[in-house]
Amino acid sequence: MTEVIIPIGPHHPALKEPVNFKVIADGEKIVRLELDISYNHRGIEKAAEQRDFIRVLPLLERVCGICSHSHSTAFAKGIEEIMQVEIPPRAQYIRTIIAELERMHSHLLWLGVAAHEIGFNTLFMWTWRDREAVQDTLEEMSGNRVHYGMNEVGGVRRDLTPSQVNAALARLPNLEERIKKYADMVNNQETMLIRFRGVGKLSKQEALKYGAVGPTARASGVDYDIRSDDPYIAYAEAPWKVVTDTHGDVYGRTCVRIGELGESLKIVRYCLEHLPEGPIRVTTPKAAPKGEIFSRYEAPRGELAHFIRTNGTDKVERLDIRTPTLANWTSVAICLVNQNLADIPVIVAAIDPCLSCTSRITVVNDYDRTEGVITLDELRIRNRARNRRQERC
Amino acid sequence: MDIFLTLVYVFLFPGFLFLLAYALILEFLDRKIEARMQHRVGPPFLQPFADLIKMLGKEVIDPDGVDDKIFDTAPLVALAAVMTAYLYVPLIGNSPLAFQGDLVLVLYLLTLPTIVLFLMGWMSRNIFSAVGGIRVVTQMFIYEVPFFLALLTPALMAGTWSISEIAAWQQKHLWFMFLQPIGFVVALIGLQAKLERTPFDIPEAETEIIAGPWTELTGRRLAIMHLAIDISLVAGSALVAALFLGGPMTPWVIVPAWLSWIVGFFLFLAKTLAVLLILSSIKVATGRIRIDQLNDIGWKYIASAVLVQVAIVLVMNYFRVSA
Repeated sequence: MTEVIIPIGPHHPALKEPVNFKVIADGEKIVRLELDISYNHRGIEKAAEQRDFIRVLPLLERVCGICSHSHSTAFAKGIEEIMQVEIPPRAQYIRTIIAELERMHSHLLWLGVAAHEIGFNTLFMWTWRDREAVQDTLEEMSGNRVHYGMNEVGGVRRDLTPSQVNAALARLPNLEERIKKYADMVNNQETMLIRFRGVGKLSKQEALKYGAVGPTARASGVDYDIRSDDPYIAYAEAPWKVVTDTHGDVYGRTCVRIGELGESLKIVRYCLEHLPEGPIRVTTPKAAPKGEIFSRYEAPRGELAHFIRTNGTDKVERLDIRTPTLANWTSVAICLVNQNLADIPVIVAAIDPCLSCTSRITVVNDYDRTEGVITLDELRIRNRARNRRQERC
Repeated sequence: MDIFLTLVYVFLFPGFLFLLAYALILEFLDRKIEARMQHRVGPPFLQPFADLIKMLGKEVIDPDGVDDKIFDTAPLVALAAVMTAYLYVPLIGNSPLAFQGDLVLVLYLLTLPTIVLFLMGWMSRNIFSAVGGIRVVTQMFIYEVPFFLALLTPALMAGTWSISEIAAWQQKHLWFMFLQPIGFVVALIGLQAKLERTPFDIPEAETEIIAGPWTELTGRRLAIMHLAIDISLVAGSALVAALFLGGPMTPWVIVPAWLSWIVGFFLFLAKTLAVLLILSSIKVATGRIRIDQLNDIGWKYIASAVLVQVAIVLVMNYFRVSA
């Protein structure tokens, strides 16, 4: 068979967000992958420069639905560092609890998605049901399932009552059992084994060379976790260990994530049981002194980096967000070569892609198959023309 | 049976009218069993009926450059084939249309929907459908031979090519499920693959190729094709029930003929439901395998297993004849 180009996305059942792959395949084998991630530009970084620190946190939570707490913590942590403010221990513990619950719901969600990609819908339904327990806990603590709104510069906004702590602790044993069950399934379920093992191999050298982060890197044996390499909030106090795996394939990434589920649960339990007394926030100055900070955070998908430059006002001069998905895209392109066409969804899903880092719009003309990039000015002109058309109607 | 009764048999009961209802009920049960096993609520009883009626009324979209006449008729061919196949399977007693060799006819009629799916995938002029269509035939080449062999081994042992006579043979002896366990397992796997259910839903892998050959099907084409697959589920499970589970025959003779028909009909219901339960459990317990993995498994293990079964049957036949 000759080479064919199979377009996947920006609208495709396997993708929840807009991304475009042009997969060049020879029969069922993948020869090459062309990646286009420029479909949505939301201008969040620019918008963050226009708001003061109080208003910028809710905005940053909306960078991503699943790791909303990651973005706001990374930012708040950076600003506190510039202001040289130490937040109270209770606030640190609460931040840690929310962060690890977030990691658990993200990993459970991922496990379901990965199972769905190989058509194993039973596991998909089961993990998403168990994820509800985590979501319920988060909702009890923060009032929301997704955008928790817990952080503010100088601490957290809501305290945990003893009844909330007890309710959360009561849910953990069942979750622990389910996590064990999933670990067991990954190692024993036949279709999962044959679809995950040896698929999307990424060696340790490649993982380092292409800058993979998070579970993707850890599954290739790279012992890199910001929580232990550069501990922040309460990670230095809680007992936990970095989960790594040497398989380097989708199976390894699954094992790492399930292992991390167990570790997260341990951290959550420790923090809930050892929640220190005291205030949950300190008063901070309105403006931050001039400075630059590179704030790193281990989001569920890997290292999240916020570069923050302040100029002595109550707004940031520049905020640059590097999401873990962007760091992992190159490794996907490497993993996919010589793999089977049927493995694209699961390999792509294995990095847990989350597309919130893009800039332009590519327009494909359906009639003559040409492609081009539209500039902002042109977009404005087209928009005006469309509005005029609508007015006439 | 006179001509009037035959017409009633073909068109009303247990023929086409009953078949339509039963196919949709089986679809409901399949979806409900799957949902309950996955901790979901599942569809209400009339959902498959509502789906069918709704889809029949929806707009039919012709993809660019597709011969819409062939696109219209292809699902009908598939539907007609499986409905015909169903008539030759014993349902409440011997099929009135039974003849020597109807087993071969039924097997080939059941293959038609697969061929139609391939053709539609190929004609759709859509890359996902084309890939799906290729996968349909690739998969067919893998499961079809073991599936046919598994269904023909009861015929070898019973010494007849008529499904009704094979079912009657089991009435005197033993169910083929016990006589030929390997063949029974392969037949179930083959049926699962023929119906393109997980782990063999490779041609319509949602996350890879949208819906494979189904992608460009809309409105009544989709409804009819869907119905054809539902009916193949009925015909396929009835066939497996007749060949391996003794069909609607009772091991002893029930005296008034009408009573034996009623008992036979309930046996048919019970056995097809049992087959459905097995198929649904497989569907829930597995993920989708890859086409190259299916190729490995199919030819290495399933085909070898069924060849062993054929060899055993031939040896047994030799000794039976010489004894």
